[in-house]
Amino acid sequence: MSGNHPGLSNNFSRSGEKFSWSKDNLRSIKNIISKYPKGREQSAVMPLLYLAQEQNNNWISIECIETIAETLNMPKIRVTEVASFYSMYNTRPVGENLVQICRTSPCWLRGSNKITETICKETKCEINDTSDDNKFTVVEVECLGACSNGPMIQINNDFFEDLDEESTKKIIDNIKEGKPNVIGSQKGRRSSENA
Amino acid sequence: MLLALKKVGEVQKMLNEKDKVFQNLHGFHEPFIEGALKRGSWSNTKEILSKDQNDIIELVKSSQLRGRGGAGFSTGLKWSFMPKNTGKQHYLVVNADESEPGTCKDREIIRNDPHTLVEGCLIASYAIQATKCYIYIRGEYHHEYVQLEKAIEEAYEQGFIGKNACGSGFDFDLYVHRGAGAYICGEETALLESLEGKKGQPRLKPPFPAGVGLYGMPTTINNVESIAVVPTILRRGPDWFKSIGAENNTGTKIFCISGNVNKPCTIEEEMGIPLKELVEKYCDGVEGGWDNLKAIVPGGSSTPMLPKNICESVLMNFDDLKANGSGLGTAGVIVVNKNNDIAEVIERFAHFYKHESCGQCTPCREGTGWMHRMMQRLVRGEISPEQIELLENVTKQVEGHTICALGDAAAWPIQGLIKNFKSELISKYNKKLKAS
Repeated sequence: MSGNHPGLSNNFSRSGEKFSWSKDNLRSIKNIISKYPKGREQSAVMPLLYLAQEQNNNWISIECIETIAETLNMPKIRVTEVASFYSMYNTRPVGENLVQICRTSPCWLRGSNKITETICKETKCEINDTSDDNKFTVVEVECLGACSNGPMIQINNDFFEDLDEESTKKIIDNIKEGKPNVIGSQKGRRSSENA
Repeated sequence: MLLALKKVGEVQKMLNEKDKVFQNLHGFHEPFIEGALKRGSWSNTKEILSKDQNDIIELVKSSQLRGRGGAGFSTGLKWSFMPKNTGKQHYLVVNADESEPGTCKDREIIRNDPHTLVEGCLIASYAIQATKCYIYIRGEYHHEYVQLEKAIEEAYEQGFIGKNACGSGFDFDLYVHRGAGAYICGEETALLESLEGKKGQPRLKPPFPAGVGLYGMPTTINNVESIAVVPTILRRGPDWFKSIGAENNTGTKIFCISGNVNKPCTIEEEMGIPLKELVEKYCDGVEGGWDNLKAIVPGGSSTPMLPKNICESVLMNFDDLKANGSGLGTAGVIVVNKNNDIAEVIERFAHFYKHESCGQCTPCREGTGWMHRMMQRLVRGEISPEQIELLENVTKQVEGHTICALGDAAAWPIQGLIKNFKSELISKYNKKLKAS
């Protein structure tokens, strides 16, 4: 099913701590709900899952689901269903940097296997693993929609494109050393122009 | 009407710069309001909105614009299906859930020329009497989402949208809704389900969205590119749009070329540009030269591949690709050369569809998994000629037997592989047999 990354699968767990919305998020929630018609508050479940994930160290615990259900006046099972259907909701804790490697044909044709190898080696993670220092979680994902810039990966919100083994290693090194990375093309392209 | 087919070898002029709808496709200029105004966005929107709604629909119809999301249905005709003066809330929903492997065109529009989309949303909504519009953008496009939100905020600030949009008397609100990583939400009714806060599982049709759509109200769903070209069509006139391309395959089109080419890129060109020219002129050719070409998937992962001999002469438009056993789809061109195993390309697509099946219909839920396992064995040379026939047979049992087109999309690439490379697959098996 559309669902989660194989390794971030649908076994929801409790964090053991109560989850309640931050002040900022309470304000955002009001704003989000106002985008949808009265009586259709359930539409806000996806944005609220994003908010919860952001506030909860990038994963959705059962406590998050309970709070969202209460906020939107929805049955918990309906929230759980949505959280498990969409792959971008992490249903277990992930490392500080969620590294998603595109494995679909356009990226594969340009060497995504080597990118996967490099990343696993440099982060000392197997696919679907989190590194011991909790810095990285590595997963393989389906097409991320930047095919003219393959092979590419996504780390948290950022796309890194036009990769080779060397530039991939550099990106991981920079993260380890706390240095900033240039997002987008690693070959100096502006976007996907023919250069 | 017959297509005015261009012959291969006939010198094709590159699309004139001034005829490009997306003047900032690659982001070399300011993407936001300042740049957008210079590029002509919002220049006479009020005048456009002073036209009768039916007139706008007729103009778009007469431009022969066909939907850019894959199916290629007439955009104007789709709009005309919306009921008139119902007193109900109508919606426009823009499908920016771009997830078809090989496709990355809407991304460039959204991040580099977002005002073309915002203005298009206003005009299209006006035409179908929708005062509210949602843009459903795929979750992974985070930066694109930020760019789009900023453009929308600017449009509100300028009074281009919101109450009395552009001083036209038309009230219009535009919202962005983020998806969260499910390809199936690019199917229009799954998208509506998702927007309503549910799992993205396609609805049975009928009823069609034009009658019963978002929240049960009349709704039109269009692709980003279809909407974003509308302001320019209305500004320059349907005749200008029709002057580009061929009968029923008009206008400009964004092509995304990926895979084994020297310079993969996304470009806007005339609809109907020869495939070979697209690859040779814009992508600096196939890796290893044209003779190293194995096959090309012309329109995103769902469209059947074309062998080299067809790639020599086929035109990149709806009708010519259809006549050659494939389709324009989303115009995501995936080039495969002889250094790669063509079976593994399709095996990866099969993996994709297995992963993305929503699980609702049995033939698709079970079929995509089964087909993928067979494809894995096929890659290893482990399936016999009889089993290849069985595989082909099963793809035909999945095709057409599901609520939405995902089942078809999973079946077609495998059918294309078997159709074009059957003897190769059989010799793979024989070789393996010999070796063991």
